[in-house]
Amino acid sequence: MTASVLAVEVPDTAPSTAPRRAAEVVSCTHCTLPVPAGLVVAGASRQFCCTGCETAFGILSASGLDAYYGFPERREVAVTGSGRGYEEFDHPAFTDLYVRTLPSGRSRTELYLEGVHCASCVWLVERIPLLTTGVVRAELDVRRSLAVVEWDPAAVPLSVIARTLDALGYPPHPFRGVARADVRRREDRAMLVRIGVAGAIAINMMLAALALYAGDVNGMESRYTNFFRWVSLGLTIPAFVWPGRVFLSGAWASLRTRALHMDLPIAVALAAGFVRGTMNTVRGEGPIYFDGLALLIFALLVGRYLQQRGQRLATDAAELLHAVAPTTARMVEADGVREVPTGALAPGMRIEVLAGETFPADGIVVDGRSQVNAALLTGESTPATVSRGSAVYAGTLNVAAPLRVCVEEAGESSRVARLMQQVETSAARRAPVVQLANRLAGYFTASVLLLSVITLVMRTRLGYPTALDDAIALLIVTCPCALALATPLAITAAVGRAAQRGLLIKGGDALERLARPGTLLLDKTGTVTEGRVALVVWHGPDWVRPLVLALEAGSSHPVADGFRRAWPGLELPAVSASQHMMGGGLEGTVEGRMIRIGAPRFVQESVHSTDPLLGGVTLDPTLTPVHVAVDGQLVAVAGLGDQIREDAAEALAALRARGWRTELLSGDASTAVESVRAVLDFSADAARGGATPEAKLAYVFSRTAQRPSPDHPVVMVGDGVNDAAAIAAADVGIGVHGGAEACLATADIYLTRPGLTPLVELVAGAERTMRVIRRNLVISIGYNLVGATLAMTGIITPLIAAILMPVASVTVVLGSWYGTTFSAPAAETSA
Amino acid sequence: MSVVYLVLPLALLLVGGAVLAFIWSARSGQMDDLDTPAVRMLHDDTER
Repeated sequence: MTASVLAVEVPDTAPSTAPRRAAEVVSCTHCTLPVPAGLVVAGASRQFCCTGCETAFGILSASGLDAYYGFPERREVAVTGSGRGYEEFDHPAFTDLYVRTLPSGRSRTELYLEGVHCASCVWLVERIPLLTTGVVRAELDVRRSLAVVEWDPAAVPLSVIARTLDALGYPPHPFRGVARADVRRREDRAMLVRIGVAGAIAINMMLAALALYAGDVNGMESRYTNFFRWVSLGLTIPAFVWPGRVFLSGAWASLRTRALHMDLPIAVALAAGFVRGTMNTVRGEGPIYFDGLALLIFALLVGRYLQQRGQRLATDAAELLHAVAPTTARMVEADGVREVPTGALAPGMRIEVLAGETFPADGIVVDGRSQVNAALLTGESTPATVSRGSAVYAGTLNVAAPLRVCVEEAGESSRVARLMQQVETSAARRAPVVQLANRLAGYFTASVLLLSVITLVMRTRLGYPTALDDAIALLIVTCPCALALATPLAITAAVGRAAQRGLLIKGGDALERLARPGTLLLDKTGTVTEGRVALVVWHGPDWVRPLVLALEAGSSHPVADGFRRAWPGLELPAVSASQHMMGGGLEGTVEGRMIRIGAPRFVQESVHSTDPLLGGVTLDPTLTPVHVAVDGQLVAVAGLGDQIREDAAEALAALRARGWRTELLSGDASTAVESVRAVLDFSADAARGGATPEAKLAYVFSRTAQRPSPDHPVVMVGDGVNDAAAIAAADVGIGVHGGAEACLATADIYLTRPGLTPLVELVAGAERTMRVIRRNLVISIGYNLVGATLAMTGIITPLIAAILMPVASVTVVLGSWYGTTFSAPAAETSA
Repeated sequence: MSVVYLVLPLALLLVGGAVLAFIWSARSGQMDDLDTPAVRMLHDDTER
């Protein structure tokens, strides 16, 4: 796909003297992609597919880093450096926000790099100190695409470092979560240390325990037995006061807030076991529970760590969203225009936004006329005309001409930022979601506590001397361990397998909800359709095509993109004059002929005759008509539109067969939505067009309110910031391929593969995952029932309870790991 | 058998050393990024 894109770009840069097609494929020295015919230099040993690759090669070879070209695995992506100056990286406001000064006087920042993906990227990025003098250290975290850069600010400005990274094909973005990342890193390390300490204590405790059990069987002198018991006690105390304190304080918080929490029985059992164990140690007889307790602390901490890591993934994605949002603005001042960081913008400032740029803030146009693509906010794929006095919004794209804008709202108060805040509240609102296991664990907690008290009282009344032992045995044997592990483990396994299939799932709760059929709300643009304007119908002779392409070559309008993608590799004639006509299209002179391309009304002005072949041509009303006139004669009529994805019909049928209700929800004009509805067989009331982000959010809420039962999930599938609030508000939000980063930050699930087939796979996988979870729950509940009965009847001692405890956990672990979730053959899932 | 009085504290001392080493490594950030070092070593640092 990349190759074809390149081929399209060639005519822009290729010298017109080399129009021959390459007989054989020449691959680029830097990125190994095929070099387009126009760029092949005859006889040269080094060939480049684009100037970006050539620059990158120049930098590397000048610094003696040719070794890069010896690596078997290199990134096969053409270097598309933005060529930006990155001056704003040196601005004091930027430095305040993102750069920290180390005690040594050096500066340090974290940059999010685009395009990082393999070992050679690490090698290359970490050689930046060799490429740019003044850089002291560069370290890349591949998984998060974050580079830590340390440099001497006196020797080199950050903008130079940024330009080097950009030239190598890794455009840098400031990473806004530095402070939060620090806090998080500290938490992570503390958690790891706790797990390590708990693990070391638990395992060493086992050695003492083994000696004691062996001693019980073979007979061991009581002074040795006592020694081992005291050693166990000595080991347990640090396990309690350090790693185990988490549970004790959790239980304390649970008591204070009067909300039952799984920490409570754990803490009660830990405390009871510890007190009893200590008493028995002092007395020199009776069971000590220290080995079980230490192992329990370790196992529970590991479970908690896994859960925490899952939650981290979600917030990571949110930070990346911020990292790719526009970071610079062009501020207009009395003495000219200069770049400043977006964070420095304030209401009242004047900014300039060139064609093809994204608005950095909300504001009012004070000068210029242009067209704005607000798809990011509204989902409307056709650009709207703006002029003096029109409102424009941050995050939307200026398509046609430069504009001067007076800033009204910047940063946190801009419309897109408020949308993101809504998203965050929606995300927070869903956090206390009642998961199956948590629900059960709540009841479980209460009943275990109650039962242990009953056991203690009843068995004391009945005169059993072991009453306390039995109560403790109950608390230990019924530890919610297996119950607590059942859900997270099965989900972790399923999420890992799903990721291998290109389905990235952020929250396990999403899987749980997808397992039952509900209502599926689909965004149209980019989800059900390709999401970009494509040439659908062309009525006209072939000789017109190069003329059209030549005139459109300099335009970033979606229509121009549509033409370029439709006819790659055409040889273009020279354009001698071209002009962008407001609200209409393009006019220009190509090879001495006057050409107009654009809206029918605009082209008609210049037309005095029509090619007879075009007489009876009518276009589907959902397509955008584009007329082409050459020297006053209408010669071609094209229809452009957003095409429906190939697999949409089949996938929708499969989803409906599984019991899902499917609906279309789009910001696009109702006519376009209606035609898609008809083609894809949605029921008559299941399509809504012209929906603003607010309306989509409201619709999701109304759907949620009207659902027949709480088990009926409302799922939103979309791919833009405009869907973000709706996606976050839905029970399950799914971002599809090509979606804006913002969408992925709020979605529970991101499908990396295009089309709707992965949706079907997802739903099928979710059902199977729930089956595994249910099986796990049955095992652990069954185990707990049997264990509780045995403990209450005094059949098992706390010692046996502590030995039995891991049995259920291990069964659940194995069951989760080997359970079939997303590994099923594609044949079943695509059915 | 009385050798346990010597051996057990010794073993625990060793464990203590290992735990301290682990705490040090975790606190100095060696566990922060577990993916990159695995690919970093793929390429020899021959030049300069």
